Amino acid sequence: MAAVNILETRGLSKSFGGVHANSDVDFELARGKVTALIGPNGAGKSTFVGMVSGRIEATRGQVLFEGADISHLPAHKRIQLGLAYTFQITSIFAGLSVEENVALAARRLLAGQPEALVKRVTSVLARVGLSDRAVQIAGDLSYGHQRILEIAMGLAQEPKIFILDEPTQGLAESEVDDFITLVRALAGETTILLIEHNMRVVMETADMIAVLDQGRMLAEGTPDDIRANADVQAAYLGTSTDA
Amino acid sequence: MDFGPHLMLASLEGAVISAILVLTAMGLSIVFGVMRVVNVAHGEFYMLGAVLTWFITSIVGGHPAIGFVAAIVVAPLLVGCLAAGADRLILKRVNYDPDRTIVATIGMLYIIQQTTLMTFGPEARPVEAPFNTRLSLPWFEWGENGFAMIWPWGLSTTSYKLFVIAAAAMVLVALWLVLTRTKVGLLMRATQQDSETAQAFGVPVGKVYSWVFGLGAGLAALGAVLVVPIQQAHYLMGHDPLLLAFIVVIIGGLGSLPGTVIAAILIGMSDGIISVFFSPTLAKIIATFLVAMVLVFRPQGLLGKIAR
Amino acid sequence: MTDNSKSNLMHIGVLVVLFALFFILPVYHAGNMSRIMVLAVYAMGFNLLFGYTGLLSLGHAMFFAAGMYGFGLTTNLGGLPVPLAFGFGVICAGVLALVVGFLALRTIGVAFMIVTLMFAQTAYLVVLYFGTYTRGDEGFVIQQAQRSIAGIDLTSETGRYFTALLIFGICFLLIARLVQTPFGKTLVAIRENEERTRMLGYDSHRHKLKILVISGLFSGVAGATYALLFGYVGATFATVQYSIFPLVWVLLGGAGTTIGPLIGVFFMFYLINISSGFTDAYMLVVGVVLVLLTLFAPHGLAGLLRKKVLTWLP
Repeated sequence: MAAVNILETRGLSKSFGGVHANSDVDFELARGKVTALIGPNGAGKSTFVGMVSGRIEATRGQVLFEGADISHLPAHKRIQLGLAYTFQITSIFAGLSVEENVALAARRLLAGQPEALVKRVTSVLARVGLSDRAVQIAGDLSYGHQRILEIAMGLAQEPKIFILDEPTQGLAESEVDDFITLVRALAGETTILLIEHNMRVVMETADMIAVLDQGRMLAEGTPDDIRANADVQAAYLGTSTDA
Repeated sequence: MDFGPHLMLASLEGAVISAILVLTAMGLSIVFGVMRVVNVAHGEFYMLGAVLTWFITSIVGGHPAIGFVAAIVVAPLLVGCLAAGADRLILKRVNYDPDRTIVATIGMLYIIQQTTLMTFGPEARPVEAPFNTRLSLPWFEWGENGFAMIWPWGLSTTSYKLFVIAAAAMVLVALWLVLTRTKVGLLMRATQQDSETAQAFGVPVGKVYSWVFGLGAGLAALGAVLVVPIQQAHYLMGHDPLLLAFIVVIIGGLGSLPGTVIAAILIGMSDGIISVFFSPTLAKIIATFLVAMVLVFRPQGLLGKIAR
Repeated sequence: MTDNSKSNLMHIGVLVVLFALFFILPVYHAGNMSRIMVLAVYAMGFNLLFGYTGLLSLGHAMFFAAGMYGFGLTTNLGGLPVPLAFGFGVICAGVLALVVGFLALRTIGVAFMIVTLMFAQTAYLVVLYFGTYTRGDEGFVIQQAQRSIAGIDLTSETGRYFTALLIFGICFLLIARLVQTPFGKTLVAIRENEERTRMLGYDSHRHKLKILVISGLFSGVAGATYALLFGYVGATFATVQYSIFPLVWVLLGGAGTTIGPLIGVFFMFYLINISSGFTDAYMLVVGVVLVLLTLFAPHGLAGLLRKKVLTWLP
């Protein structure tokens, strides 16, 4: 039987010239679940997933993926293992078509199989509702559609872990609803690590919630646990939770 | 001549090279530091300064000093205006995109160089120094009669060469005062720190860029005005100073002005000394290769800070 | 007709036209065309790196010269038979590209340009330094007797034209194929957004090193072919100017298109050819073209075509 946790971090720390962005973060990501990582601005959430995905080098600590230590693998090797990462600031291939964007994401796995590639691209685009924009240049899409394309690029990789860094930031309310539906549909298919500010999205999608505050793991648990946790309330005091 | 006096002579030559180089490299460094663009046409602004000096001194006539004084004022000014114009006309319109700016300045390089070829011609033309007294230099030695001062044959320099060194030092001091003590300098430094924030605080970034580009070119031209009485004016003379200035700016750390000064002195002196004692081609090979390696392994330069 | 078959048709069509041109053109222009085709191979090699991958090297002349000297020195001094010497030249360029890539790819952007420029300058000075063998700026001539393969005289206009066409054709089709492969598409992705490409699990550094070597190999082929067909090897081909030329050609023709390099070399060659009839300052044309292109047509002639009419242009 596969281990319950697909990913773990042990004592993961990062300091930028004396400023501790993350200190000794121990974290477990349950397989097949949607886990939300929340915390006030500047809590070190992006630094944390940066270290998990390999974009940022950890000062200290370990990242274990399916039991194997991947702390020293470069980012592209980790992605090859089955991590997918969507950027907080939209990062698509603005000069290429929507379908080529998705194809690039899928092609690493399907390089020798042109038919399977076309099929994958078509189905992913259909799933996120971008089918009718497939031949548009990605840079011409609206901001909301670019965010969705970013997610489509993650999906196309059929990742084992899908890391979404503030995916709903800047989306309209109706687009947020679509996103929630999408994440719910994905639950069970893959493991999702969601960094999110929008508490409605968190409460409606997450199976588990982890709270990061000032670079430390403050609490972990089910949404109900977290809601009841006094430390979390204290950390959020004065910061808006219903944004 | 013995080794000692020979070395002293080489050092003097090196100091003259350093003096010219520090001005040229400073221009390149300021442009890179403030505008974050690489000006490949920099050597041509240098060449223009030299050619203009020849032109001005030959129409002014009279004592060579009159023409020279006119040139030292007019040539850098003209070149600076030309560069500022080119900035307005070309660089501004490609938004200072690093790649496109490089391509555009390569284009400017050929335009300036070839236009000069068409008008000024392919000949090298000398310019007479305003004053050029030969100065013999003493050398001290322990001889049979103890410590003695001797005047070795061939150990000499000219008053003009000493003037070049002094002039370069003066320009540097003036430049430093402008950068640190004046409003213009403040605007430049603000733009260098963060052009967007500067813009938001009402700094006319576009104008600052034109001024800076003009200033950079003017400094190169000034270096050239000083050099023509020693070296003749020629339409291809911009090539070597460009490479050397590049080297200096890289070694000194891209955009670091103190680094540029130190590196210019270092490189100028070693260029002077090495070319006296070794084969110049071999020296150049080693120098060029080493600079490339510095850039590969220490892109911030020897004295620079980590690039933002 | 699908875009793919249109593009295949175009590539074959270009080669057919080039084939036919030999019988139509006067001898003088046929000779020019041979030169244009060889230089186009150089431009295509450069384009792989600059146009497709977005890496601007200002030192490609060192690869062209490596091919040229690797071939020229081994035939002239080593007495190696033509095919072996040719292969040696190409390998020289490839190895040089590997070493340069290993070092220079540690840097990005402006630093990469300057590093490649510096390495090329070093290579040029090395050519001058070993003047005993290379004859420096003056260069050396490869004897007519050494310039034939399998009995075909490569100094005749016909032999020259069709050898140039053959080599151009092979490279042209290879590159047209290469850019359609997953590898080629990943290069474009690196050009567009390297960080994103890396975060899709591609080893971008490896891709860049590979394409630099491939680009160097094509440049080396061009250099060796040039020496073989025109019988002259000289340090001029290692100067900065010959690093700038491919940039001009590719920008003029259209960066990141398969046909762009040929178009660029063709127009630039005749522009310089015509203007040098009037003035010694023919490089002025290069300068003006560069500035105008950056200002008004950053995608070159083929880029304009692609935008306006032929949207499928590869």
